[in-house]
Amino acid sequence: MFRNQYDTDVTTWSPAGRLFQVEYAMEAVKQGSAAVGLRSKTHAVLGAVNKAASDLASHQRKLFRADQHVGVAIAGLTADGRVLSRFLRNECINHSFVYESPLPVSRLVVQLADKAQVCTQRSWKRPFGVGLLVAGLDETGAHLYYNCPSGNYFEYQAFAIGSRSQAAKTFLERRFQEYDTYSREDLIKDALFAIKETLQGEKLTAQLCTVAIVGEGEAFHIIDQQTIQEYIDAMELSTGGPDEEADAAAPPSAEAQEGGEGASSEPAPMDI
Amino acid sequence: MELQLSMVDGSVCMKDSAKSEISSERTLYPYVTGTSIIGMKYKDGVILASDTAGSYGSTLRYKSVERIKQVGDHTLIGASGEISDFQEIMRYLDELILYDKMWDDGNSLGPKEVHNYLNRIMYNRRNKFNPLWNSLVLGGVKKGQKYLGTVNMIGTHYEDDHLATGFGNHLARPILRSEWREDLTFEEAVKLIEKCLLVLLYRDRSSINKFQIAKITDEGTTIFPPYALKTFWGFSHFQNPSKGAAGTW
Repeated sequence: MFRNQYDTDVTTWSPAGRLFQVEYAMEAVKQGSAAVGLRSKTHAVLGAVNKAASDLASHQRKLFRADQHVGVAIAGLTADGRVLSRFLRNECINHSFVYESPLPVSRLVVQLADKAQVCTQRSWKRPFGVGLLVAGLDETGAHLYYNCPSGNYFEYQAFAIGSRSQAAKTFLERRFQEYDTYSREDLIKDALFAIKETLQGEKLTAQLCTVAIVGEGEAFHIIDQQTIQEYIDAMELSTGGPDEEADAAAPPSAEAQEGGEGASSEPAPMDI
Repeated sequence: MELQLSMVDGSVCMKDSAKSEISSERTLYPYVTGTSIIGMKYKDGVILASDTAGSYGSTLRYKSVERIKQVGDHTLIGASGEISDFQEIMRYLDELILYDKMWDDGNSLGPKEVHNYLNRIMYNRRNKFNPLWNSLVLGGVKKGQKYLGTVNMIGTHYEDDHLATGFGNHLARPILRSEWREDLTFEEAVKLIEKCLLVLLYRDRSSINKFQIAKITDEGTTIFPPYALKTFWGFSHFQNPSKGAAGTW
């Protein structure tokens, strides 16, 4: 009712005890294109939908590596995301330099959250308009966190953010309880399926999405397009969805050239 | 004339109110010093040993100085060199561990991290020509992994299965090189350490016959109370010391 009166700057409370500017920032996250994350005890996977504004343009980068052991997926204002990724890289490398040891993921996200909180309590700043899924591995295992423009952070077994993420969340809610023991391959498959859910019927190809993984013995890296396409093909060949248990076998080898087809997609509503 | 504390490097100097300028001071030489530290890995963890002497130049001034201390749950540190600088280092490390504990998040700094942190401090001070005048041995165990490293006032640092500082490098390491094994039991390790400590007692004039042994394993840390070793001075050469020059002083 009073939204318009109390939403001019971030340092004004509404009578109901809300900071509307912060909530508007979270709205920006919801408008960004989807990103998903899931983890087992030993691995964490991030995935994002990568739609270019037009066929002439290249995709916006949504997955960033912060260190060997941690990376992020962003949704929302990608410029803000880029700046925060630089901050994360800096924090990680500073810790490595002093302690010669990877920065524990939980401490990294707290530093990130504190930085976001500052912007909710200064009249000359605005909150960051980006949500970050932080996936990493440290001595306490694999972790997935969601960092919010509000300065809050939460740990998740699996999560999805951005536009049409509810479809992905519904899928993940059905499956997350087994994720702790999932193999690396099954995690990737579920991430791809979750991304597919956010496309609402559009065909999933490796061109449309990016997937990254980090885990024991495996530094954070983005999986190459061909391997992703192989996973996608393996999923579509089986009935309905990805297989339940240990489909431990690697995706079927060389289906020569997939991809190239299925670009009958319209660009997503403006990925701001 | 008043004393002024410099915020830049913590040095204290005289300030002449007439001139009102600050002259920077830095460590030029040590005053109260500890001698060797010996450290070695054994089957269950790591052992550190030292004597408890604090020398003031050539005077054996302080005889109950604890030169081995615990740092957090996973690390032991032994220091030789300037005792006051060691106390300063302990302040830095206790603060580091405190902030680490305050996270209360299941992560903790292990001996490797503490060693690197200390190395950064020591090297940084050396570059400012104001060193912490110490040679330090850090030993610890974390999640079954044994760690033993050293760092000194010029920032040189390395790890090994057995280490020593000062005279220990010359007198103890050769013994350890020939007799150390990976799978020493605690009792065997102590025997080997005592052999080294005895040589140091005989041959290092800054040492005294009061030793401390500390061990650290995955279960925890123990710093044992000080004790003395049996020595033998009955060599024929030491009998009748003034035989050849009776009557002289």
